[in-house]
Amino acid sequence: MAVRVLADNQPETLLSIENIVKKFGDNTVLNDISLQVHKGEVIVIIGPSGCGKSTLLRCINALEPIQGGQIKLNGQTIDPNGKDLTELRQKVGMVFQSYDLFPHLSVIDNILLAPCKVQKRDRAQVKEEALALLARVGLQDKAESFPRELSGGQKQRVAIVRALCMHPEVLLFDEVTAALDPEMVREVLDVVLQLAAQGRTMLIVTHEMQFAKAIADRIIFLDGGKILEDAPPEQFFNHPQTERAQQFLNIFEFEVVKPHPAPQA
Amino acid sequence: MPDLGLEVLLKGRNMERLLEGLGIALEISLISVAISIPLGILLGVLMAGKNPVIKAILRLYLEFIRIMPQMVLLFLVFFGTTRAFGWDLSAELASILVFTLWGTAEMSDLVRSALISIPKHQYESSAALGLSKSQIYGYIILPQTVRRLLPLSINLITRMIKTTSLILMIGVVEVLKVAQQIIEANRMASPNAAFGIYLTVFLLYFLACWPISLLAKYLEKKWR
Repeated sequence: MAVRVLADNQPETLLSIENIVKKFGDNTVLNDISLQVHKGEVIVIIGPSGCGKSTLLRCINALEPIQGGQIKLNGQTIDPNGKDLTELRQKVGMVFQSYDLFPHLSVIDNILLAPCKVQKRDRAQVKEEALALLARVGLQDKAESFPRELSGGQKQRVAIVRALCMHPEVLLFDEVTAALDPEMVREVLDVVLQLAAQGRTMLIVTHEMQFAKAIADRIIFLDGGKILEDAPPEQFFNHPQTERAQQFLNIFEFEVVKPHPAPQA
Repeated sequence: MPDLGLEVLLKGRNMERLLEGLGIALEISLISVAISIPLGILLGVLMAGKNPVIKAILRLYLEFIRIMPQMVLLFLVFFGTTRAFGWDLSAELASILVFTLWGTAEMSDLVRSALISIPKHQYESSAALGLSKSQIYGYIILPQTVRRLLPLSINLITRMIKTTSLILMIGVVEVLKVAQQIIEANRMASPNAAFGIYLTVFLLYFLACWPISLLAKYLEKKWR
């Protein structure tokens, strides 16, 4: 994926995470994390469970307050208590593991709510855009359905469209396929791959290693609240630098436990 | 067909008096409902909130009202306050007071449980879309709470209407009391009237509560 480059050959930083510290009580979940996300970049964050991956995403969206450091979007600090927080959140789209559609609203109303009520955009125009996006994710005939009538994969695709309709500058995906059956995982990941191909800036937390390999510009390996590796996918998957990352990647390998019988002639 | 004594209903103003009695029962219950619902919503929101002192006090109030039989509450408010504070409450006012205390407590618990049953993720995903706090409540949380609440609170309303049958014990002449008076007055002429009159009372309660139950069922289906 080509990172958009400015005239002076410096990639444009969209999101800048500077030395953030996140604690739950005495438990330090993120310990002095710094990360620069450039425009058009796809960053996949992986690591063992409990390593703080999801917390990191939630901090970027100010769903969790941080105890130190700062997060800047386009140079503007994201402050959980700031007045412009809702404005900043509009620029950061987030998709959750449990889809979190609004059960009392139809698919189209789920999508239109925030653009119409928060951004005060013209309903007819947003609707046109929403229907086009629904068609792109294969859900053109589901606009009037209610969330309870959809499968998990369909709900997740609606949630992605809902986030896209806000025209966010960066998208956060928090284990969006963790609750899905394999076939549905594929249909959702295909949508995310499409978005990457369009050059969207994304931070993705996932356990799908093949997907991570295919989509990432950079892999961030997080463990114990620290970034242990920050590398292009080929390098990370083929030559992980730290022992911890090697151990982690070995989890996804299986050894044959029974010798296969020779095929009968 | 056995003699149900239904002819008694046609004597004098008997049927009219029964309907007036039902009117009193409905008036007392509906006034109490009208006060209980907003108060209950307010207390329910507080109970779902974070202040531990307020929560403890409201919890105590709820348990107290729940444990007390409604009849004891009626006696306590009607007779007790006269002795203790020298209040001269009319039986109707005492009834409204007790039903409001009870309805508010029950309603607040319904509101509390409806509010806490909304998953945290609903708040988060709407916040992530840039909705402000008031928009989150207005567009996401309240509509879902109301949907969960309506069938339950309608059920509470019918319970309150039915429980007014107790207030004859403090001297309110409502439908059941009128029925007893009619039966007493006709004991000699129509000794079988008890069955017919109580049957009529049953039908009157049924006619008052059934449409409300149907509404609840309809809303439940519509907002599944």
